[in-house]
Amino acid sequence: MSEANELYQSLILDHNRSPRNFRVLEHANRCAEGYNPLCGDQFTFWLKLDGDRITDVSFQGSGCAISKASASLMTTAVKGKTVEEVERMFGSFHRMVTGQGGPDADLPPKLAVFAGVREFPARVKCASLSWHALKSAIDGEAKEPVSA
Amino acid sequence: MTTSLTDHAPARTQPPVFDVARARRDFPVLQERINGRALAYLDNGASSQRPRAVVEAEADYALREHANVHRGVHTLSQRATTRYDAVRESLRAFLNAPVADEVIFTAGTTAGLNLVASSYGRSTLQPGDEILLTEMEHHSNIVPWQLTAQATGAVIRVIPVTEAGILDLGALDHLLNTRTRIVALTHVSNVLGTVNPVRRIADRAHAAGAAVVVDGAQATAHLRIDVQALGCDFYVASAHKMYGPTGVGFVWGRQALLDAMPPWQGGGGMIQSVTFEETTYAPVPDRFEAGTPPIAQVMGFGAALEYLTGLDRALVDAHEADLLLYATEQLLRLPGVRVFGATAERVSVVSFVLDGIHPHDLGTVLDLHGVAVRASHHCAQPLMRRLGVPGTVRASFALYNTRAEVDALVEGLVEARKVFS
Repeated sequence: MSEANELYQSLILDHNRSPRNFRVLEHANRCAEGYNPLCGDQFTFWLKLDGDRITDVSFQGSGCAISKASASLMTTAVKGKTVEEVERMFGSFHRMVTGQGGPDADLPPKLAVFAGVREFPARVKCASLSWHALKSAIDGEAKEPVSA
Repeated sequence: MTTSLTDHAPARTQPPVFDVARARRDFPVLQERINGRALAYLDNGASSQRPRAVVEAEADYALREHANVHRGVHTLSQRATTRYDAVRESLRAFLNAPVADEVIFTAGTTAGLNLVASSYGRSTLQPGDEILLTEMEHHSNIVPWQLTAQATGAVIRVIPVTEAGILDLGALDHLLNTRTRIVALTHVSNVLGTVNPVRRIADRAHAAGAAVVVDGAQATAHLRIDVQALGCDFYVASAHKMYGPTGVGFVWGRQALLDAMPPWQGGGGMIQSVTFEETTYAPVPDRFEAGTPPIAQVMGFGAALEYLTGLDRALVDAHEADLLLYATEQLLRLPGVRVFGATAERVSVVSFVLDGIHPHDLGTVLDLHGVAVRASHHCAQPLMRRLGVPGTVRASFALYNTRAEVDALVEGLVEARKVFS
């Protein structure tokens, strides 16, 4: 296996090719943009927040394989979770990709595929872009259903 | 250039070629290994490497001769001043400028363009006046003009880029008008390598009564610069893209224009006399060199100019043209590669995308192969929108690059294709 394959694990490549929850979410009540001006990665995230639980989530946009797969895997991981659970996940994910800790109990195992990102400091922002956007969507004002 | 060797019988005496192996010995960094591979440094458009002579010039100055310039009566200060101004004269010769005092040292191209936009722009523009830019400008030649336009009420207009990656000069007819005061354009596109016809544009701009500002950042390492033949009014560039140090660059401007311009930054070294009521300013170039300049870097810049002008530049040109042709041919043989601006007259820069793989991912896979390229929007977002891509991969060649490094680039792309298949 080449070094490139260590970063670009098959699960990442799969989610890059076939991103999950890649659509506009009808009846969303939160929405946020994630934009990385350095590389031009640009995604929109839609949330259905029911009390403190994310009952549905989706995204659209374009970016590199790391950012797109991270967004896709994130949506599969946070659906049905509470805001507090998601915040713990984000903390754990952030520690992992910045090399401050291994994947821990707060992180769904499949997100550990991004552990290799820590070896590529220039790509950390790609991996964490979607999580920052999700957080700003959660923290944002409640909105009328957004449609694109 | 010879593209086919089969048309001719083998020559008895080989034509002279650039001795790239010898040149590479001048650049120690080229021996580095990156991720276990030989470094192939193809990011010269971002910053070129420095020959030993440049680093030694900076170090010699710092270790044996450092003192402030234009200040002291003591020997070291005088020596530093003499050497500092000697580099100004070298730069004058390099640019074929009429007078050394027309050359102002700056922190780089960005600082130089800000100087011109702030000082010349703000002192000459009236509300409704027009600044004409091009669609292929680096943000450094857009944003300073936007700041000036906001401050003066001037309006920015843009020369479009054609599908072929060249300026649409046909559009000049309606873009240039009696309100056009400044035309600011790049000599060479940092994305496409396109060489713009500065003289033709300058003649038409002057006929319309506009001054011409040229961003030479990507040109000075490759082209012979003659500011008088170009017919421009300002020419701006950086040392670090022409084998010199970071932190230093220059503005060349016509004396009559510079003489009439107000200071850009105030401070020591740029005054004649100061009272709390009034300050009178030093003549150019001192007026535009407030504060202690990057003296060691200027010494290094002088060594870079000496290095560059000491080479047989016709041989360097042929070598870089060969790299460009070879790289373009090799890239176009790969399925799914799109090369931008390949038909234009250009310097040794090739910008491309590979279908289905984001430039950033290519940049990472190439880096794992020891190949350093730029993978981004290249600080030219308007041009990216024109090309319809979020970014490109750019391989930009210097005199020390080789065909083997092009091969490493191509191998890296083949590997990327495998990873993402």
